[in-house]
Amino acid sequence: MWRFMGGRFSRSTRCISSSSRAFGWWEHVSPAPKDPITGVTEAFLADTNPNKINLGVGAYRDDQGKPVVLQCVRNAEAKIAACEFLESNAAAVGSKLVEESAKLAYGTQAHVVKEGRVAGLQALSGTGACRLFAELQRRFYPGSPIYLPDPTWSNHHNIWRDAQVPERSFRYYNPITKGLDFAALMDDVKTAPDGSFFLFHPCAHNPTGVDPTEEQWREISYQFKVKNHFPFFDMAYQGFATGDLDMDAQAIRIFLEDGHLIGCAQSFAKNMGLYGHRVGCLSVLCADEKQAVAVKSQLQQIARSMYSNPPVHGILLVSTILNDPQTKALWVKEVKVMANRIQLMRATLRERLEDLGSPLDWENITNQVGMFCFSGLTPDQVDRLVREFHIYMTRDGRISIAGVTTSNVSYLASAIHEVTKYDQEASNIYNISI
Amino acid sequence: MASAMLSLASACPSASLSAHENLKVKLKPGSASLSFSKDKSNLFYNTKSSSRISMVAAVNASRFEGVTMAPPDPILGVSEAFKADTHESKLNLGVGAYRTEELQPYVLNVVKKAENLMLERGENKEYLPIEGLAAFNKVTAELLFGADNPVIKQQRVATVQGLSGTGSLRLAAALIERYFPGAKVLISSPTWGNHKNIFNDARVPWSEYRYYDPKTVGLDFEGMLADIKAAPEGSFVLLHGCAHNPTGIDPTPEQWEKIADLIQGKNHIAFFDVAYQGFASGSLDGDAASVRLFAARGMEILVAQSYSKNLGLYAERIGAINVVCSSADAATRVKSQLKRLARPMYSNPPIHGARIVANVVGDPSLFNEWKAEMEMMAGRIKNVRQKLYDNLSAKDKSGKDWSFILKQIGMFSFTGLNKAQTENMTNKWRVYMTKDGRISLAGLSLAKCEYLADAIVDSFHNVS
Repeated sequence: MWRFMGGRFSRSTRCISSSSRAFGWWEHVSPAPKDPITGVTEAFLADTNPNKINLGVGAYRDDQGKPVVLQCVRNAEAKIAACEFLESNAAAVGSKLVEESAKLAYGTQAHVVKEGRVAGLQALSGTGACRLFAELQRRFYPGSPIYLPDPTWSNHHNIWRDAQVPERSFRYYNPITKGLDFAALMDDVKTAPDGSFFLFHPCAHNPTGVDPTEEQWREISYQFKVKNHFPFFDMAYQGFATGDLDMDAQAIRIFLEDGHLIGCAQSFAKNMGLYGHRVGCLSVLCADEKQAVAVKSQLQQIARSMYSNPPVHGILLVSTILNDPQTKALWVKEVKVMANRIQLMRATLRERLEDLGSPLDWENITNQVGMFCFSGLTPDQVDRLVREFHIYMTRDGRISIAGVTTSNVSYLASAIHEVTKYDQEASNIYNISI
Repeated sequence: MASAMLSLASACPSASLSAHENLKVKLKPGSASLSFSKDKSNLFYNTKSSSRISMVAAVNASRFEGVTMAPPDPILGVSEAFKADTHESKLNLGVGAYRTEELQPYVLNVVKKAENLMLERGENKEYLPIEGLAAFNKVTAELLFGADNPVIKQQRVATVQGLSGTGSLRLAAALIERYFPGAKVLISSPTWGNHKNIFNDARVPWSEYRYYDPKTVGLDFEGMLADIKAAPEGSFVLLHGCAHNPTGIDPTPEQWEKIADLIQGKNHIAFFDVAYQGFASGSLDGDAASVRLFAARGMEILVAQSYSKNLGLYAERIGAINVVCSSADAATRVKSQLKRLARPMYSNPPIHGARIVANVVGDPSLFNEWKAEMEMMAGRIKNVRQKLYDNLSAKDKSGKDWSFILKQIGMFSFTGLNKAQTENMTNKWRVYMTKDGRISLAGLSLAKCEYLADAIVDSFHNVS
């Protein structure tokens, strides 16, 4: 006899003809809530209004609002099509990808790479890389919590929770200044028990677009030394913050210089536009090569029981691009084009709102960095935007600027203005300037 | 002192920090594991200065000091050892990946055609929904159950694209752990080596049911039934839909009926792992018979599918988890929960393999071509079985009955060789195989059958 949690539902011992059975095995399974991010796209797709705008998921769009496949990717695809890939080569290709990814994150001349101290594994994009690390953390530091910035990408909570790693948060975003609450951040870093695991976005913080300055990163790094904390970086937007790949990895390089042995998740979803191919990398820096080999073997074991090996097509594309100087140079250019368009849309959106005479201060739109803007819109205002204007974004007010185009920016500005122009509370806050 | 410095700086985050440049810092004794060089005692950096402050700080001891080497994978480790071997006569009968008669990897023609179509169309690379490509899910469920099957018509199947067989099994394991906490999975003895890893990592308890009978080199059917019967009600019974891995021994249709009876009687739930649809008999429909038998009885079942072998898409990681439920509503709810499990694992599944499958399986003419290629691959393996058997019978003068080689089905054969004999195969004959005595016939050519027969006869009779 088998009972479900508290005897709310029990199985009968005898199984009568199943077709006439009133209850199935899955009666107690409730419908899962929609994912707060992908749910937005689902709702958007179902909408038939011609003016609809999708500012939900962080996927780049060109100025016509169309998904983009980078030319460097098309070139790589043509190259790969010409050679027959043998699945027996998968391991070699994978290792090469890890090496190239590490150089991208840590610098082409990085000692850790040359000395073989990077325990790295290709992963299923950023999500997969974070999950591998979360599982590693639980395995070797059972009970240790992960400190996540408040706010952070919603899926971070799911990943560490499903890996059964307890969660803590550290203060990050200041909703009044719409900037970084550095004092509170440092406070939380100091009060956390020594040796805590912290997650940082090294650039283009998701969802706020608010990044620490270089000086602030150096302070954090120093304090991390004092507290012996473990820094884990989730780098999903390298190239999208400033348009410069090295510049965007600066926080990581600072920590590296200061001798930290960090963990880093990398994704090629956005900066190479390889969203659906699920290509990324997890690296954990180690004290020596022997240890790197050991840690890598553990990561492989974790991966083996989740999906065995990562899908090869995306890996081949990334590898082809990074290994050919010409294609890589083209890629670097194309990243800059994407970053520039987003910066232009930021400036344009802010301008339109100011032209409309908005009572609110919109400098956060151009101060914030990367694909996203934390607009400060309330859930009610977001709901109005959906209902009345068919403009879709996540309920925390996060806007994916990648979805803004020259043809929809005016409509967007008018809509935002419409739902905020009587925002007295907000006006009052802004009248008490900091 | 130090803390006062830090809190002062913290209060004005955006202020220029050059004001602090000349302050000396004293750390409280024992407050930090750093040593500071006094003349470079600037705590904060001025980004405009060209000279970088170097902290005389020891590299932190790695957090992962205590991490030991994980044991080598028993299956993939064989291929690694094979690669390292320089003998000309070496033979890799380790991993279950199809090879041609020339012992080369094989990319199916239909796959090449599909990829060319995809390249021509220049499709985008946007995220798939969490549950995967809709066209893929549809053709995959239809391939398994048959397009006219009531479970499909009544929309009672929750199908979610997964990362090949492993990923699909893991999603199912996670679903079991969440909704049937404490329920056990019964796995065959022996079974594919990675099954245990998957359930262990998903924290699903498991136990074994007897399956392989070394005396007959066949199925221990009575033992199997007894162990399934003895398990607590409501257990999940992991069954290989066809071409059992590693033994190649499948129940007969009559035996499947009895297994279904027992599972229904004990209120267990059948959980199929279908990794070789098409490779057992050469017929895609034929190989799905066991799954369809259970579905026809109205039983709720789980089925993990993989296209690694039958479409040769090993490296693309394409498969699916199907949950047949008693109602369309239940299927919708279950699907939503599978998505909730997938999101924190990898967010959404990879597109490339899904598109290939959708193009091949969804297009009538490509599908027919595929069926022909499938028959060809399965046919080659049957031929190799026959030749191996012929050679063994001819070379082994002891009168031992080697006909089990012909009775076994699919890519693998359980030779009945023990660990020491297997080591002899490798050390003396350079034949690489797994220690449980399994050989992958997919890695055997007609040309090598005689050599292999010699090796097996020698190991069986001269080593104990």
